Amino acid sequence: MSGYTAELGPRVSSKQPAIELLNVTRSFVTPNGQMLTAIRDFTMTVGRGEFVAVVGPTGCGKSTTLSLITGLAQPSSGEVRLFGSPVSGIDPRIGFVFQQDAVFPWRNVIDNVSAGPRFRGMARPQAMSLAQDWVKRVGLSGFERHYPHQLSGGMRKRVALAQTFINGPEILLMDEPFSSLDVQTRIFMQDELLRLWETSGASVVFVTHDLEEAIGLADRVIVLTSGPATVKASYQVPLPRPRVLSELRFDPQFVDISRTIWEDLRSEVMVSYQRSTMATPA
Amino acid sequence: MTSSSSLQTQSVGAATERSQQALNALRRRHLTVNFWRVMIAVIVLGGWETASRANPHGAFFWSMPSKIAQQVWTWMVEGTSQGSLWAQIGVTMQETVVGFLLGALGGIIGGILLGRNRMLADIFSVYIKIANSIPRVVLGSIFIITLGLGMASKIALAFVMVFFVVFGNAFQGVREADRNLIANARILGASSRQLTTSVVIPSALSWITASLHVSFGFALVGAVVGEFLGSRQGIGLLIATAQGSFNAAGVFASMFILAVVALVAEGLITLLENAVLKWRPAVSQD
Repeated sequence: MSGYTAELGPRVSSKQPAIELLNVTRSFVTPNGQMLTAIRDFTMTVGRGEFVAVVGPTGCGKSTTLSLITGLAQPSSGEVRLFGSPVSGIDPRIGFVFQQDAVFPWRNVIDNVSAGPRFRGMARPQAMSLAQDWVKRVGLSGFERHYPHQLSGGMRKRVALAQTFINGPEILLMDEPFSSLDVQTRIFMQDELLRLWETSGASVVFVTHDLEEAIGLADRVIVLTSGPATVKASYQVPLPRPRVLSELRFDPQFVDISRTIWEDLRSEVMVSYQRSTMATPA
Repeated sequence: MTSSSSLQTQSVGAATERSQQALNALRRRHLTVNFWRVMIAVIVLGGWETASRANPHGAFFWSMPSKIAQQVWTWMVEGTSQGSLWAQIGVTMQETVVGFLLGALGGIIGGILLGRNRMLADIFSVYIKIANSIPRVVLGSIFIITLGLGMASKIALAFVMVFFVVFGNAFQGVREADRNLIANARILGASSRQLTTSVVIPSALSWITASLHVSFGFALVGAVVGEFLGSRQGIGLLIATAQGSFNAAGVFASMFILAVVALVAEGLITLLENAVLKWRPAVSQD
């Protein structure tokens, strides 16, 4: 991984941001023949090692931004750059944590965690011992031989985190990863994520509709307009690190920031809510 | 101290008593189920036997359980008009199993190839639908004309019967593979081949094994119908011969033998399924 950046070194200045989306628009044709624009004239940069949270109303195109960064989707116009070079296909420096369970149900914990290194050609014994290490780091020692259906939702998320972090991603994309968890488990997982991230130095884009989660985790919160999405505003979060989310929620500064951003987000949420209720047939 | 501990033992005693009651209720239910299972068999077979004995005219057409059992016994010890019963079963099983294996293999490979290629899938889907709606048993006549009276024509018919079922399921299974799992595997670094072997095939496996249950029965139908249409050996011929000599007991006896064979095969496939799909949450049986 580090070899890869070193190789890019002479050609690309190290000051290049990790992720750039430049005037990106993505439209696609829906199955019933309509043209739909998910994001329009979208510009966003994420610095190296920066944790950016993207919030916006439901269905506004937040996930589309992530697909564009992974290369799973191509922009209709505009450009997406990673470390200064345009995205072409799936970049090996990317890690992705999905909203739904994306661990492989037919593999046990250790085989799930070792999947990435195995896909990338690491020999089995090495991949296994590396995976063993990551299983321990996410606190799942003793569950190596369990299948996903035998684990709780929170434990499956831990497997997903280990599966992603084991590849040593320089860019970490997260698509509402904790939205399916109950509130207590979610707070534990958020702290877990911060702990893992702080040692990894990855640049993060964390998509969520939960504003408190966004502020608690991120260095910067980007608010999107209701679809088609563009950047409405960007807020720095000056809370010191390391943070502990279970305590942070009562911090007066945290509450202040929440209020400011919520004022901004509310109008977009209203628009999107009205649209969705109007779209529902009476 | 004493009173609290006695209270505790009392409640523990009550709990064990309650669980004992629940266990007894479960056991009674089990007994009732088994009792009625046996009773229904007794009533049906007994009714059949007495009705046939009371009405010899009907017995000629419908035979009776005792005669059928006798027929099976005679075949087992004295052999059939075409040779030993075991040889007949062997022939039919060989046709069934070979046809089944080839059909399943072909169906799985075809389904996965087509399922992984959207363009091919779109082009061929129309023809697959058409082929699926044709009553394929009719092809048996063609196979007998082209491949002769030997095993090949029956294997071909069993193959055709199995292929489309397994193919359809494998294809559907591949298409239904979770998009998130595929995206996850690709981001984790899976090549196209790795994607197929470690995501697409495992997720299609539950569809495929489900189709194997049904299609083994189809393979058996293919083999027997093939023998029926024209052959020198096999259970199908046994049925055809019995039919030709108005031997109703012979037809039922063959049916009974086929049922036993199918049940054994079903059991074997379930064993295979459990071995392959051990990652699935346990489905409550019964």
